[in-house]
Amino acid sequence: MTRVVLVTGVSRHLGSRMAQILSHDPSIDRVVGVDIVPPREDIGGAEFVRADIRNPIIGKVIAAAGVDTVVHMGVLSTPVQAGGRVSMKEINVIGTMQLLAACQKADGISRLIVKSTSSVYGAGPKDPAMFTEDTEPRSQPRSGWAKDSVEVESYVRGFARRRPDVAVTTFRFANFVGPKVDTPMAAYFGLPIVPTVLGHDARLQFVHEDDGLEAIRLAAAGNHPGTYNVAGDGILMLSQALRLAGKATLPVPTPAVGLVGGWFRRAGLADFSPEQIRFLTYGRGLDTTRLRDRFGFVPSYSTRDAFVEFVHERGLDSALPKHRAESIERGLAHALGSSTLSEARLAARLRKEASGRA
Amino acid sequence: MPDATVIPIGGEDGGRKAASRAAREAGATGPRPRKRAATPSSEPAPDPAFSAEEPIDHDVDGAPGRVDATLAEWLDFLRRRITGEYEIDEFGFDAELTDKVFMAPLRPIYSTWFRTETRGITNVPSEGGALVVANHSGTIAFDAVMTQLALHDHHPAHRNLRMLGADLVFQTPFMGEVARKSGHTLATTPDAERLLSTGEVVGVWPEGFKGIGKPYSERYKLQRFGRGGFVATALRTRTPIVPCAIVGAEEIYPIIGNARTVARLFNLPYFPITPTFPWLGPLGLIPLPSKWIIEFCEPIRTDQFPDGAADDPMIVFNITDQVRETIQQTLYRLLVQRRSVFR
Repeated sequence: MTRVVLVTGVSRHLGSRMAQILSHDPSIDRVVGVDIVPPREDIGGAEFVRADIRNPIIGKVIAAAGVDTVVHMGVLSTPVQAGGRVSMKEINVIGTMQLLAACQKADGISRLIVKSTSSVYGAGPKDPAMFTEDTEPRSQPRSGWAKDSVEVESYVRGFARRRPDVAVTTFRFANFVGPKVDTPMAAYFGLPIVPTVLGHDARLQFVHEDDGLEAIRLAAAGNHPGTYNVAGDGILMLSQALRLAGKATLPVPTPAVGLVGGWFRRAGLADFSPEQIRFLTYGRGLDTTRLRDRFGFVPSYSTRDAFVEFVHERGLDSALPKHRAESIERGLAHALGSSTLSEARLAARLRKEASGRA
Repeated sequence: MPDATVIPIGGEDGGRKAASRAAREAGATGPRPRKRAATPSSEPAPDPAFSAEEPIDHDVDGAPGRVDATLAEWLDFLRRRITGEYEIDEFGFDAELTDKVFMAPLRPIYSTWFRTETRGITNVPSEGGALVVANHSGTIAFDAVMTQLALHDHHPAHRNLRMLGADLVFQTPFMGEVARKSGHTLATTPDAERLLSTGEVVGVWPEGFKGIGKPYSERYKLQRFGRGGFVATALRTRTPIVPCAIVGAEEIYPIIGNARTVARLFNLPYFPITPTFPWLGPLGLIPLPSKWIIEFCEPIRTDQFPDGAADDPMIVFNITDQVRETIQQTLYRLLVQRRSVFR
């Protein structure tokens, strides 16, 4: 049996990398990438077909190529990518509906993989610390990408009911980071001065793009129906992430957050949707036990490693690198006039290590 | 019959009473209860972790070396803070920040201002999960932070108490942030189960806002204990329940009135009026220096109940009542032993 994989959204970074990776996978014979504009990046051995998933034409592409696996990565996260919120919603929701309608008609389809987001859980003060795949969201997202994703997932569930023979895998990813990933969070950390919500510190998780794409590849190559959270191990606090990135912050009191977010949006610096502001206020944690135990995938980057790597690749860590902080510390120690300080410091470290071992 | 296991604690308590009665009969009079109190509180004194640290400090030789070491430790701490080189757990608990920053101003309040005495602290296990259930009073949750400090500083294993708080706590700016960073999380079943099954000591104050906002006249009377969700969680995770009685928090801010209109205006569960607050402004926030006693009672085991006991309302209500009664009785006993509110 020849394996043919269709990847949607290949004009963007993650989509084109996915097409490239799948085209190098020996278990897959053919990879077809679709989007409305041609990819800017190398998609390896994959073929590009210009098609709009909002149009029933997509059904013909699936039938003509004999597609058996569909990897849906065509959900946009910011209106900037679509040229406005209206067309973003149309691409996300109508596009998914058309794609699923086409899949339903195609008898050859045996697998569907959907790249969704953990923002379907919303973010709020009533959330449990860690979301499992079965946790009901306490504060349903009401706008933007997150709401689109909730709708996309509900259509995907409907499809899974109607076509029980198709193995449907839904991934809820934490925020993607990587050298070229273009997400609202990446833009946020790229700001010269980063606004934060005064008196709140969000818990964040990241997934490195290599890990995220590897999870999708495994799902396309194997048979793993179900919904899975994907995130790197551990948690970073927003304040901690900003310190790791050496960023200056601008704490904004809650009532003024919308206003300040609006300024940044109008200046074209970053997109602060209400959902993102809630996320930056309360944060979110994902339980990835199911991914490890049932799916059998362990992300190679922890949240912290993924973020540090991201900061490094983007050259964001210029403000206060670690070695400079260390030299400042030594300077301060000298200024405070202590010759024994270095020894004392060593002793303090040793003691800490000793107590760490105990 | 599972109810049979409910009895040992009461029996134990009775045993203690009998012992003290026997002691009284043996001729000891006035100071006897205090002497008895001193014995359990001296238990955590031989502290292996602390004595293990001592020899290294001697290397640095005398007082100036110690100052240097402290200074170096703080500089190291500050550098790691500024560069983000520290670890937090999945609940957002920042152990180092809690120990070094949040607890620092509370330590003198604990030892000098309230002269807190802990009893039976080893009833909290040194490892594995446990659920500490305590009474709540005192207008603001000073009792909770003092219990956390007691377990962190005075328990032989320096256990971190992870408390379960109302969503109002996590909604409020600053308070929510500090609560998360000092290890607390929302009072929901998934969070409580996650903490207990990973072997953490979890603290609950089932009286909630009804407890800390109770009027002064009812200060020693325990409020209703909710639906017993904490008992069901302990049963499900098979972790022991440690009832804990706190005396002294009742008197720090005596509530003589509740300004309901103001409370509604700010969306608060109550707005306290005390003899000093709000009349004296910020001065009214200084707590009265009452004498505190925190007693951890004998743990109640939950591992001998059959599977599915957590879904049996009768068992859950029985244990809830047992916990509440244990705390109430211990509270009354401690009150009798305390010579006055301030001594």
